Amino acid sequence: MTNLLQFLLTGILVGGVYALIALGLVLIYKSSRVFNFAQGDLVMLGGFVTWTLVARLGLPLWASLPVALALAWVAGLLVERLALRPLIGQPILAAVMVTLALSYFFKGFTILLWSADRRVFPEFFPTAPVKLGEIVLSQHLLWTFVVSVLAFGLLTIFFWRTKAGLLMRAAAEDHQVAQSMGISVKGVFAFTWSIAAMVATLGGLLLGSINGVDPTLGAIGLKAFPAVLVGGLESIPGALIGGLTVGIVEGLAAGFIDPSLGEIAPFLVLLLILLFKPQGLFGLKRIERV
Amino acid sequence: MLPSGTYNVSYSQDMAIVRTRLQWVVLVAFLVALFALPRFASGHVLSVLNGIGIMLIAVHGLNILTGYTGQISLGQAAFMAVGAYTSALLTARLHLPFWIALPSAGVSAGAVGLVFGLPSVRIKGFYLAMATLAAQFIIPWMFIHVRADITGGVSGMVVPPASLGGFIFKSQESMYFLVMSVAVAMTFFAKNLVRTRTGRAFVAIRDNDIAAEAMGINLFTYKLLAFFICSFYAGVAGSLWAHWMRAINPDHFTLMDSIWYVGMVIVGGMGSTLGAILGTTFLRLLSELVMTVSPQIGRHFPVLAANILAALGPMLFGLVIILFLIFEPRGLAHRWELFKASYRLHPFAH
Repeated sequence: MTNLLQFLLTGILVGGVYALIALGLVLIYKSSRVFNFAQGDLVMLGGFVTWTLVARLGLPLWASLPVALALAWVAGLLVERLALRPLIGQPILAAVMVTLALSYFFKGFTILLWSADRRVFPEFFPTAPVKLGEIVLSQHLLWTFVVSVLAFGLLTIFFWRTKAGLLMRAAAEDHQVAQSMGISVKGVFAFTWSIAAMVATLGGLLLGSINGVDPTLGAIGLKAFPAVLVGGLESIPGALIGGLTVGIVEGLAAGFIDPSLGEIAPFLVLLLILLFKPQGLFGLKRIERV
Repeated sequence: MLPSGTYNVSYSQDMAIVRTRLQWVVLVAFLVALFALPRFASGHVLSVLNGIGIMLIAVHGLNILTGYTGQISLGQAAFMAVGAYTSALLTARLHLPFWIALPSAGVSAGAVGLVFGLPSVRIKGFYLAMATLAAQFIIPWMFIHVRADITGGVSGMVVPPASLGGFIFKSQESMYFLVMSVAVAMTFFAKNLVRTRTGRAFVAIRDNDIAAEAMGINLFTYKLLAFFICSFYAGVAGSLWAHWMRAINPDHFTLMDSIWYVGMVIVGGMGSTLGAILGTTFLRLLSELVMTVSPQIGRHFPVLAANILAALGPMLFGLVIILFLIFEPRGLAHRWELFKASYRLHPFAH
C-alpha cells in the first residue's frame, strides 16, 4: 500500500513536468495545427540560456528568469517567422518534418555554444526530501510540480480573461472566420510560438534545477507526446490530465512490473490511445472516415 | 519529356524506362563504372559508398511508403534494427547461411512493419507519425530487455561476415560488390513497382484516399502492403548493415537515424526513385564533408574547436531540410527534371 502511494505520488509529480511541456505542444497545435516535435529541444535551449544567466553571469533568479523569458519570446518569434510561416498551407509531412529539422538544428546549436557537458544549477530549492508518513518525495519534484500547476493556472486565466487570449481562442476555432473578423492569424501564430518558447524555458529551468542541463534534456519532449495524445491535441486541461496520466503510468509500470518498462510505458499507452481513441480524452472529434 | 525527335509509336515504347540508345549507353556505362570503382578507390571511399548503398535501400522503402503512398513513418531505423537482429540471430546463433538470412530479415522486418502499420487503417497524417514513433522506442527496447541472453542486451552482438557459396565478404571491397548488387536490384524493383497496378493504387491513396476507395482500391490491403514493402526494404538494409558492421547494438538504430531517412526522401524529392538516390547521396556526402571540414574550422576558430564536429552535423542537416522544404519541396529530382527539360529543348525556350 505504501509502495503504491509512493509510486503514485512520484508519478503525479513527474507528470506535472510532462504536463508543462505538453502545454507548449497543445498551444501551438491548437492555434496553427502544427505539432512541434522540437518542444523538448526548446526546453533544453531554455535550460541552457537560464543556466548561462544564473551560473555564468551570476544574476539572481528573480532577474535572470525575466531575461530568459524575454529571450525565449524573441526566439519563438524568429522560429515562427523564419521556418514555420513560409510553410503555411503545405502538406502535413512538411509541417511534421520542419519541426523535426528544427529539433536537429537546436541540438547542434546548443552543442556549438555550450558543449555536450552537463551543467548544474546552483540550488534554488531546499534539497531535503519531504516525508509524508512512510512516503518520501523529492522536494525538487514537489516544487517543480507546484510551479507547473501555477503556470497552468496563469495560462488558463490568460486564455479566458484577456483580449489576447480571446484572439488566440478565435484563431484556434477557425482560421478563416478569425481572419474575416479582422484578427491577424499570422500574428496569433507568432504569439503562440513565443508563449510556447517561454513555457519551454520555464520547463528547462525547473528540469535543470533537478538534474542539471545537457543536450539529452531534449528527449524529455518525447515523453510529452504521449501526454498530449492522451489528453487530446486541442485541449489545455487535457494536457494537464494527460501529463499526470503518463507520469502515473510510467511510475506504476516502473515500480511494479519492471524498472526498465517505465521508459516505454508511455509509448505503449500512446499506441493504445491511437488504436482506440485517436482524438484523446478531450480532443475534438473530427468526423472523417478513411 | 522525351528527347526531341523521339516518338512513341508502340505501347512497348511508351512503357519502356530506357527510351533512347544514348540512355542505354549511359546506364550501362554507369553500372560498369559502379562495379569497376573498387579497382581505383581507397578503402575509405568504399566504406562511404557502402554506407550510401545500404541507406539507399532503406530510403527506397521509405520513399515507397511516404513518397508514393503518402503515409508518414518515423520508424524506419527500428525496422532496420529488426532486419539486422534477425539476420544476426540466424547466422550467429542458428548458423544458417547468409542467402537465407537476408530475405528472412526482410520478411521479419516486414511482419513487424505490418503490426505498426495497422493503426494506419484508422488514422493518418500526423497521428500515424506518432504510431511509428512509438515503434521507434518499443522495438529497440525489446532488443535490450526481452531475452537479453540471445540478443546481447545493451552491448549488442557480434555478427559473422556474410558468405555466399564459400566466398566470405570480409573486406570493404568484397562488401562493396554485395551491397551494390543488392542496391541495384532493389532500385530496379522499386522503379518497376511504382509502374504496376499496385504502385498506381499507392499513388491514388496518396492523392486522395477517399476517392481511391471509391474507385475500388482496398485501402486496408494496400496501406498494409505499403508498410510491408517499406519495412521489407528496411530489413534487407538492416541485414546488410549488420554483416557490414559485423557488430550491432540498438544504438545504431535511433530516432535520429529514422529522421535522417525521412530527410533523405525529402531532399531527393518524394515519389521519385531517382530522388531517393540523389537524396541519400547528397546527405551522406554532406555529413562526410562535415567530418573533413570541421577540424579545419576548429583550427581557425579555437573557441569552437571542441564542439564543432558534434554541432555542425545536426545544425547543417536541420538547416538543409528546412531550406529544401521552403525553397524546393519537390527535391533534387525535380531540379534534375527541370534541367533535363531545358537541355532537351535547347536552343528553344519551350
